Amino acid sequence: MEARGDVQGGAAPRDGLSRLPAWLLGLIPLALIAIALVALVTVGGDTLGERRGPPVEDIAVEQAVLRPGEIEVTVRNSGPDAVAVAQVFVNDSYVDFTGDTGDTGEIGRLGSQKLTLDYPWQEGSPLLVTLLTSTGATVEHEIAVAVETPEADAGFYGLMALLGIYVGVIPVTLGMLFLPFLGRVREHWIRILMAATIGLLGFLAVDAYLEGTEIATASTGAFGGATLLFVGAAVAYFGLVALDRHLRDRRARAREAGVGPFQLSLLVAIGIGLHNLGEGLAIGSAYAVGELALGAFLVFGFALHNTTEGLAIAAPLAGRRRPSLGRLVSLGLIAGAPAILGAFIGASAYNPEMATLLIGFGIGAIVQVIVQLVPAIRDREGRALYPASVGGILAGIAILYLTGLLISA
Amino acid sequence: MDKLSRRKLLAGGVVAAGTLPLLHEFVPHQGVHGGVASASGAEGSHGAAGVTSAHGGGAAGPTFRGGEVVDHAANGFNPTELLRDFDYGRTRRLPSGRVLREWEVVASDKEIEVAPGVKYPAWTYNGRVPGPTLRCREGELLRVRFINGSAHPHTMHFHGFHPAEMDGVPGVGAGLIEPGGSTTYEFDADPFGLHLYHCHAGPLAEHIARGMYGTFIIDPKEGRPEADEMVMMMNGFNTNFDAEGNQVYAVNTVAFHHVNEPIEVSRDELIRVYLVNILEYDPINSFHVHANFFDYYPTGTRLEPSELTDTVIQGQGQRGICEMRFKFPGEYMFHAHKTEFAELGWMGFFEVD
Repeated sequence: MEARGDVQGGAAPRDGLSRLPAWLLGLIPLALIAIALVALVTVGGDTLGERRGPPVEDIAVEQAVLRPGEIEVTVRNSGPDAVAVAQVFVNDSYVDFTGDTGDTGEIGRLGSQKLTLDYPWQEGSPLLVTLLTSTGATVEHEIAVAVETPEADAGFYGLMALLGIYVGVIPVTLGMLFLPFLGRVREHWIRILMAATIGLLGFLAVDAYLEGTEIATASTGAFGGATLLFVGAAVAYFGLVALDRHLRDRRARAREAGVGPFQLSLLVAIGIGLHNLGEGLAIGSAYAVGELALGAFLVFGFALHNTTEGLAIAAPLAGRRRPSLGRLVSLGLIAGAPAILGAFIGASAYNPEMATLLIGFGIGAIVQVIVQLVPAIRDREGRALYPASVGGILAGIAILYLTGLLISA
Repeated sequence: MDKLSRRKLLAGGVVAAGTLPLLHEFVPHQGVHGGVASASGAEGSHGAAGVTSAHGGGAAGPTFRGGEVVDHAANGFNPTELLRDFDYGRTRRLPSGRVLREWEVVASDKEIEVAPGVKYPAWTYNGRVPGPTLRCREGELLRVRFINGSAHPHTMHFHGFHPAEMDGVPGVGAGLIEPGGSTTYEFDADPFGLHLYHCHAGPLAEHIARGMYGTFIIDPKEGRPEADEMVMMMNGFNTNFDAEGNQVYAVNTVAFHHVNEPIEVSRDELIRVYLVNILEYDPINSFHVHANFFDYYPTGTRLEPSELTDTVIQGQGQRGICEMRFKFPGEYMFHAHKTEFAELGWMGFFEVD
């Protein structure tokens, strides 16, 4: 009420302010805010006195790389004060170490330091790295199982690419082979199939959320921890909404109304692609820290699991004019290839913050795709939920749950 | 001869550190005197790349970063000096013919560097940790004037025979000595042996952990055989104040100090170690010496040793005298035979010439 009154009152009389250009009206408060903030920082801080208590030392190990006879830890300062790591002990033994920022390198807020510890660790043993700061505070980092970190050479990237192709591109493309079959089934069954796709994607979203929060708790929190999951999800969701609107506008100009089947497939493929980015990330990082037993069973599990994703991409295309092979392949690559990229990133430059953000992307993308798919399962009365569709959704959840059990990574 | 070769090794070691990586496996602490030289510098940090292989590390054993040492000047005391620093106080003969021995002990709060770069807010007697080694002779009358210059209430509680009001515990006798306050503890030097004193204000564990303790030696009337005597107070610092174990373990406060500055002793000379365990939070400590055996006198209250051994275990407050002679020249390690403590700082070397 009040706000509206102000607007009316401001609009009526032509005072001096209204003759100024709009940009200046925007600039004046901006300048005043800047002056006020500078004044607050330079003068206002003193009026509050010193902070009580000791410095807040909030550092955490972001990444640990194990090489024979040495451990390299990357330490991130997520607290408000600078922190200096004075000494380090591993499994209750002081160790020699060097830092990449010199001898007495203080780590500033949000800054990081790489420490190389001289310690003859044994393969397969757990390690407890304790950082002793200049004030005597301790920060512990546990390495559950000591395994040499793979060198990121050409052979390694080749292996990751192969892994990405196995678990991403091939199964998704295989799943799309159901397209001719889908073209023959009746519309009612297509709706059920779409409902199953929704269940399937919903399961992936929940799964990704759980994994994302788990990774976020392992992060330092310097860059927001679990909130990154929501930031990533929001960026992906609204990004895809914008992309969808953009494509629709183009189609509208071409006098075609509604969401085209190929467009829907494309959106599903992008959503699944972003999800597979996170999946590749998980595989790559698990491999890097030696927690992943690479084997036929793992590849089999992932492949079967991801074949259902191919089915989800193909479903919107069912019963339409058959798209070109090129389009199908590109859909498969959009959905599957990010697994390769994810495996690269996960295995070579993994850090929990980035992983959380990327998994957030996957969640946002999937949610957006689910919203897109809902109209496709409506029956003649316009209901989205009816016995057959509910059955489809539950079947989708069950399929992913069961195939997920095959992955013991 | 040994010294010369060692020095030569050291000089060469700095230059050839990179080319002779195996060197430190045989001479794990040969950065010893390099450490001393650098310690006189204000920074106390000398992690120069060339020296890094000269002080252990990796399979050659635990070490602080780059073999760094603490700034003894800033601490106001050097453990090498504390080792043989006996405070006999001032004496005068009373009309009765008895000797009166008097000390003045001042409590103060002081930040000390317990590991290179790690500052610890200690509470001290006479500005050092451990406090002064008060030494007297059986039968003397002792007076300890205690002045509390710390911001916290403290006491001095002595182990030994004395009346209740001289016990230095809260609520009895002078009780707690408030900041700015003072009192005089007076009692007989009895019984002879190796004892200790510490603050008994509450919380007791924290007052001990913060550094308020010292060694109290009552020599027997007839004395003990001539020897190279030294005090080792086994202590530690719970730098993160979680009251669960310690982050730094040592004798006489500074971890790895006698790795960097070995205790110089002479071959065949009798060495007498007054060994006291005051470790808080993880209080079972031990002492082990390499290539040697010692006569052990528990609490030092008998003139006959209880055993000949090379390892002894002490709970908190336990103490005993260790007497040994080294048969051969060279460097001999001593450390807690709880290896966790050893690798967290409680180790050192005797250097026998």
